[in-house]
Amino acid sequence: MKLLRCLLVLLALVPFAARAQDDPYAGFSGGYEDISHAIEALALSGDKRAVPIITALQNGKLYVAPDQSLWIRQDDDLLNARTGEKVAEEPEDLKQVRVNNAVRRAAEAAMGSLDLFSPDPATRAKAAEAVFTARDPAALPALNRALAQEKDSSVRTVMEQARAAVVLAVPDSSDTDKLAAIAIMAARGDLEAQSQLQTLSQASQSPAVTKAASDAVAAMARMQQIWALAQGVFYGLSLGSVLLLAAAGLAITFGVMGVINMAHGEMVMLGAYTTYVVQQVLQAYAPGLLGASLIIAIPLSFLVSGAVGVAIERTLIRFLYGRPLETLLATWGLSLVLQQAIRSIFGANNQEVSTPGWMSGATQWGGVTITYNRLYIIVFAVIVVGALMASLRFTSLGLQMRAVTQNRRMAAAMGIRTPWIDALTFGLGSGVAGLAGVALSQIDNVSPNLGQGYIIDSFMVVVFGGVGNLWGTVVSALTLGIVNKFLEPVAGAVLGKIVVLVLLILFIQRKPRGLFPLKGRAVEA
Amino acid sequence: MSPWTFRLCLVAVLGGAALLSVLNLALPETAAFHVPTYAISLAGKYLSFAMLALAVDLVWGFAGILTLGHAAFFALGGYAMGMYLMRQIGTRGVYGNAILPDFMVFLNYKELPWFWHGFDNPAFAIAMVILVPAVLALIFGWLAFRSRVSGVYLSIITQALTYALLLAFFRNDMGFGGNNGLTDFKDIFGIPLQESSTRCGMLIVTAIFLAAALLVARYLVTSRFGKVLIAVRDTESRTRFLGYRPERYKLFVWVLSAVIAGIGGALYVPQVGIINPGEFSPANSIESVIWVAVGGRGTLVGAVLGAVLVNLGKTVFTGALPELWLFALGALFILVTLLLPGGILGLLGRPPRRPKNVTPAAEPAE
Repeated sequence: MKLLRCLLVLLALVPFAARAQDDPYAGFSGGYEDISHAIEALALSGDKRAVPIITALQNGKLYVAPDQSLWIRQDDDLLNARTGEKVAEEPEDLKQVRVNNAVRRAAEAAMGSLDLFSPDPATRAKAAEAVFTARDPAALPALNRALAQEKDSSVRTVMEQARAAVVLAVPDSSDTDKLAAIAIMAARGDLEAQSQLQTLSQASQSPAVTKAASDAVAAMARMQQIWALAQGVFYGLSLGSVLLLAAAGLAITFGVMGVINMAHGEMVMLGAYTTYVVQQVLQAYAPGLLGASLIIAIPLSFLVSGAVGVAIERTLIRFLYGRPLETLLATWGLSLVLQQAIRSIFGANNQEVSTPGWMSGATQWGGVTITYNRLYIIVFAVIVVGALMASLRFTSLGLQMRAVTQNRRMAAAMGIRTPWIDALTFGLGSGVAGLAGVALSQIDNVSPNLGQGYIIDSFMVVVFGGVGNLWGTVVSALTLGIVNKFLEPVAGAVLGKIVVLVLLILFIQRKPRGLFPLKGRAVEA
Repeated sequence: MSPWTFRLCLVAVLGGAALLSVLNLALPETAAFHVPTYAISLAGKYLSFAMLALAVDLVWGFAGILTLGHAAFFALGGYAMGMYLMRQIGTRGVYGNAILPDFMVFLNYKELPWFWHGFDNPAFAIAMVILVPAVLALIFGWLAFRSRVSGVYLSIITQALTYALLLAFFRNDMGFGGNNGLTDFKDIFGIPLQESSTRCGMLIVTAIFLAAALLVARYLVTSRFGKVLIAVRDTESRTRFLGYRPERYKLFVWVLSAVIAGIGGALYVPQVGIINPGEFSPANSIESVIWVAVGGRGTLVGAVLGAVLVNLGKTVFTGALPELWLFALGALFILVTLLLPGGILGLLGRPPRRPKNVTPAAEPAE
């Protein structure tokens, strides 16, 4: 008897089940499994009302009437799920659509594939990306339909890649499908695609597929190596340009003038603090100009550090010419005084220097991530060093500087005021250090100790490149930067740095005068 | 470096240490002239620094090598001693491990790294205090002097050397306790380290070593060897042309100086109770140069005097006006180099032979 009743119920359900095939809104009155199927069917239908209906279901606001019509309760109103319109009169016998975990999962999956039809291309791409990582075969029908109507080519690419991933994940796809999918995955070429192909090359039965997959994996590994190399070069150039900025001023004061300025790092620090002060002042009086704070800080820090440099030269260094070791000690003392002065004024803590919007963020160039602040620092270093070289080469001041360093007495005899030129040269080197400070404020902590971290590196750069040779400094800074960055993954950051230092110490033994030594009589002086 | 200042210095070092010890041990704590134990340790620390200064003076004052990395040898000697003291802790550490020092247990070491073996033996540890700085100095000096790296270049690479060691010792995987270094020592040669009598004993031992180092250094620089050395300092190429091998003279005095610095470090660690990578920092090395400059370069006695005075000043200043210490130290660097090229001993009216590191005819800044 009981059996018979069951059969009767089943028979009665048949027409509804049949209807579920064509009417996407049907099937919500059955058991949990029926509801899950109904959700899938609704999502697949691509119906515009699917999203609000499934959301309502997730929130427990979906109701079904005895005639299978669906209703959504929204605050105090009742909406017809099919039309989305309010109804004045509430149908009788509304039942809440029941939800359990299986239904919730189905709803979530359905929402995911519904995003594939979202009007926003970014959402569509994101949904396709999710399918790519999840590789859920159930998403294939939705993906195929989405692909058929997709117009945006970049979203299309992602969808094709997602479909390829799904095809490869389904064991019974045909070999031709799989080969096509492998090609698409290989074109994508990232780590995720690589790991999926890797699994495939080990798991696949068909030799053709295995070979194609492992070939693709090998090709991708090669590409990634090349990109990693390019990324390493970029990082190396970026570190090198930081070193170059820090050392460029020293290349003038130490390289050209022969003054061992241990307070060089503090000139850099002064530049960074000038940047900080500029930002504070702008914040207080002209918040609109904050985006241009770095541009404003560039000339100011050049002037501040340069002026301090001239003052140091006039009051201290000029008494110590020709006594390099004494200069070293006195300027070291000066660096302590400057550090403590800054600490007394601004406190020992790191100061916050903000990065303007146009400098933050990154762009992807092939497999290389290029962060804008690093990129701008490279550009800045090129400009600074270019300007420095040009001013030495083409200005009358530069001419006089070179004359004085080459032959002081002759220069004096020609009417050049050598003390004045000494002061200006030292000021120029210090000013360039101040410019380095503007750049370093963007990537390093602005603290009283900022300069100390760079002083040894800067000296190493100048000595390695060859004293008195700006081009040597450029080559040596970039070389050291790149070598450092390539040692880092092998040896770790600290050990890499130690290795570089030891290599430098050994190098100086072989070539005490650097990569590009100056030749001639001045060398022995 | 007249004989009387030298003798006075020896007497002051030995007698001072003895006097302080007596005042600490013999008088009750309430007595007016009682010297507290921490002052004994401070004095011991100053004398250890004086050994470092002596080492610097030996190479800078007599061989013209401005070293900016001598604290590296000092710290290496200190680490060798520290390793011995660590092994002495035994099961009294926080983790109670008989073999592994606390920081190794903390860092999940399973067994003692190979370079820690043998340091439970005091004789071996003392040998290492001498050998490690000596070998490093020998390799470094042999490379540097053979290729005639000199002057500022040498200064910069000595600084790079100590900087590299600083970075290395900061690493936890180096097996030297990383950032925290070695500390929490319990006893030395079986004697509890915290006792006042031990402290006084260590101060006296330090004074004896310093006096011995002074005597050795003085013997060296007044001998025929020392005369050649001074010739190398003043005009290296002329000495070479006369048939001497400057690099050999420099190398010998360089290694000797490293050993003196290493012993200084080894004496420093038990009295201060800690050794950490900060001792390698280039700033420390440069500071030791200023001690010599303050006292008077090339006088040996001046190095001791400068080290004690500057460090005494540092203790007073950092206690009373911590803000001002760096200003004072910085000013000291500037004023001494500008106004007092002979240091304090130069002021005393018996000018030491003023060290010349440039030929007067040389053009400035070229």
